[in-house]
Amino acid sequence: MSSANTIVQLPDQSTAQLPRKHYLNQELGLKSWLLTGDHKRIAMLYLFSITFFFFIGGAFASLIRLQLLTPGSDLLAPDTYNKVFSMHGIVMIFLFLVPSVPATLGNFLIPIMIGAKDLAFPKINLLSWYLFVAGGLFILAAMILGGVDTGWTFTTPLSTHYLNTHVVTAALGIFIAGFASILTGLNFIVTIHRMRAPGMTWFRLPLFVWGHYAASILMVLGTPVLAITLVLVALERTIGIGVFDPTKGGDPLLFQHLFWFYSHPAVYIMILPGMAVISEVISTFSRKRIFGYTAVAFSSVAIAIFGFFVWEHHMFIMGVSNYSALVFSLLTMLVAVPSAIKIFNWSATLYKGSITFETPMLYAFGFLGLFTIGGLTGVFLGSMGMDVHLTETYFIVAHFHFVMVGGMLMAYLAGMHFWWPKITGRMYPEAISKLAAVVTFIGFIFTFFPQFILGYLGMPRRYASYPPEFQVLNVLSTAGASILAVGYLLPMLYMPWSLKYGKIAGNNPWQATGLEWQITSPPLTENFVETPIVDHEAYDYEWLANQTEHEVKTVG
Amino acid sequence: MSHISPVLWQFLTNWMKASPLFPPEASTIAPYADALYLFLVVITIIGLVLVGALVVGFSVRYRKERSPEATQIEGSTLLEATWTLIPLGLFLIAFVWGALLYFRIYNPPTNAMQVYVVGKQWMWKAEHPGGQHEINALHIPIGRPVQVTLISQDVFHSFSVPDFRVKREAIPGRYTTVWFEATQPGRYHIFCTQYCGTEHSGMIGWVTAMTPDAYAAWAAGSTSGASLAQNGERLFASLGCNACHSGDPAARGPNLAGVYDSRIRLQDGTTAVADDAYLRDAILNPSQHVPAGYAPIMPTYQGQINEDGMIDLVEYIKSLHSNFRVQQTLNTTQLSSTQTNGATPSAAAGVKP
Repeated sequence: MSSANTIVQLPDQSTAQLPRKHYLNQELGLKSWLLTGDHKRIAMLYLFSITFFFFIGGAFASLIRLQLLTPGSDLLAPDTYNKVFSMHGIVMIFLFLVPSVPATLGNFLIPIMIGAKDLAFPKINLLSWYLFVAGGLFILAAMILGGVDTGWTFTTPLSTHYLNTHVVTAALGIFIAGFASILTGLNFIVTIHRMRAPGMTWFRLPLFVWGHYAASILMVLGTPVLAITLVLVALERTIGIGVFDPTKGGDPLLFQHLFWFYSHPAVYIMILPGMAVISEVISTFSRKRIFGYTAVAFSSVAIAIFGFFVWEHHMFIMGVSNYSALVFSLLTMLVAVPSAIKIFNWSATLYKGSITFETPMLYAFGFLGLFTIGGLTGVFLGSMGMDVHLTETYFIVAHFHFVMVGGMLMAYLAGMHFWWPKITGRMYPEAISKLAAVVTFIGFIFTFFPQFILGYLGMPRRYASYPPEFQVLNVLSTAGASILAVGYLLPMLYMPWSLKYGKIAGNNPWQATGLEWQITSPPLTENFVETPIVDHEAYDYEWLANQTEHEVKTVG
Repeated sequence: MSHISPVLWQFLTNWMKASPLFPPEASTIAPYADALYLFLVVITIIGLVLVGALVVGFSVRYRKERSPEATQIEGSTLLEATWTLIPLGLFLIAFVWGALLYFRIYNPPTNAMQVYVVGKQWMWKAEHPGGQHEINALHIPIGRPVQVTLISQDVFHSFSVPDFRVKREAIPGRYTTVWFEATQPGRYHIFCTQYCGTEHSGMIGWVTAMTPDAYAAWAAGSTSGASLAQNGERLFASLGCNACHSGDPAARGPNLAGVYDSRIRLQDGTTAVADDAYLRDAILNPSQHVPAGYAPIMPTYQGQINEDGMIDLVEYIKSLHSNFRVQQTLNTTQLSSTQTNGATPSAAAGVKP
């Protein structure tokens, strides 16, 4: 155990200046954005699109919570409600959570963090944004033409034979958006393998890059299975090929296997980049190297590998063989361990740190608490006999919202605040954003904690109306959701405000160690004036302190 | 735990039963499920308190005002091993415990009473072997294991009784089973928990658990007059099954007497056990189930019989213990076809129009 002491002082921001030329003003005009090959600009394009879709998904969520305020179908007819929760799931998962961190922060930061000028394939990167938008437009079209009510799970034979909504349009949208995800993953993998700066060895990579590398493997190997599954659903619906139709000798359980073969790893596609953000934030604000760097790095890879072999735990009650369920339950328990390792390493990083509590750190703390609950309630569901009672109830709804919203969305907001100065060159307003972080946390707990209890009481998910005995907890949940909505609307107001009125950030406002903090904010189009040569480990705060002294000397 | 402190245990269970945070324990499985649930809740609380204590404790102790200098630490293999192995151990306990509960829920006792439940958009149809038919209701006696055989006529449904802590998917084209033994008389919700279309949230029924005497009275008063096997017998005759399955050694189809639960040698050299699923599949998909020594001449009955009718047929074949019964069916049909020429047999209810 080697140890050394570091004192990090935050730089004086009063003299900070925006660089004269940077990626945002290099070229102007709509065309320069729509035809850009710059990974940072593409990240911004993604940021706008996913924020748009987040608020569409959020509007559907509000309708769901309002409908569930009363036991009857008072606000929406059952058919409308079914469409609303389907669109909420489809938009939030495929158009927000899957691209959220990788396509915005990952796109922006991975090349800079490894000392490269861009991703390996800039044009493919732009193509993936266009594919994403095209997929999004198909889904919007399905929505505007009258919606789709399959649920985001597209369960056959309901989706193939029994619904008269725009199933094929929505499936096609997801199919196309899936290719955006595959291409992004491919781009990241090649970039991380081939474009690292001299001296940037695998074990000097920031953990952000490791997390994205693991997620990229999942994107590249998992998404094609979803694509072919949706093609089969569309063919079954249009020409009746009968792969999933029992009356033609098909097997509806085959659909479940194929769908969850993607959709379970998809959970890790969503959460691994979030974990990647948390590593950076916790290290920076405790001024310490992440405790057990290699353990955290390898736990990401372990999650990516084990994540492919647990899908059948979504099917424990579906009449699969008891013994195969046994194998999948065991593997599910194994995949929970790397997440526990990460949580403990992050907590241990705080030990003997020099901790400050800026907004990103507050979001990261929120992540730690909510993800711990989300992760441990996943063990309930991996435990086969318990799963029988809990699956398909509000318990599972609460569980995955703790992981996806409590975990992933908290991490996304932590990352957005953390890198906002780098992306825009200006600081977000600190006081109100701290308030937003606290409001989000409180609102979240009130929204989703009651749903665990509802689930154990047996309230099924996807119910437009419910027996009156469940009302009290539902009212609590809806009340919490309105607090949560405030928490999400606040950043929508102060983030754009800060573009003009925020304090100028300077190159390294947090005194963080990543290469992205050693260049101008906002960065130049080519990121680095000259290719950096890396001679230190990740999170080396001594190196950073020496750098600063060195700079002071040269200037003086 | 009841050994350690019976008073505390009683207090805990009584509090749980009275608490609106827990559903009533109304089956023999429920206490086992609740015990595992409590174990998992305790693990979650311990994990949360531990992480919370570490994060809050370190944040207070090592905040910048108190700790202006950060001490760089590489890591610790010992600690990594600790927080890998302890969670792994706890998760493995959850795995073994959960597996035991799962096998308890899905392995019915051999003496269980049989009920069939067919799910269809958007109702549950329960059929008792004695010929009682119910919709969105299921009457059962307490103190006796009840095995429910489920199938769906259209899309996926899921048969869930939260107060019994059991649930099973009703799948099109495939039998699944679940069992329970109610302990308290009362009415308990049946929910469909798998999203199944427009009226998914209306697909709610009630299990009525009754004392054995009350159940016997209900069963006697609610029967339609013909058992499932009797319905199946009529269907068997009206579909003309007995033309080939006549029980005659020279017949074109195999003798069905005693066939249920026996091992059958198939044409391709494999053997299969003739359980409910096999019989259902052999009727719908005969070319895949040709017994050794027979020609593949049986036509498919796909699309001609609904799931209720399938259950009747399977029940009938199950009831054929001797060749005598088969012969009797044969005689009855010949008799009825000569007597009531042209009249629709009442069993046509099971045949799709």
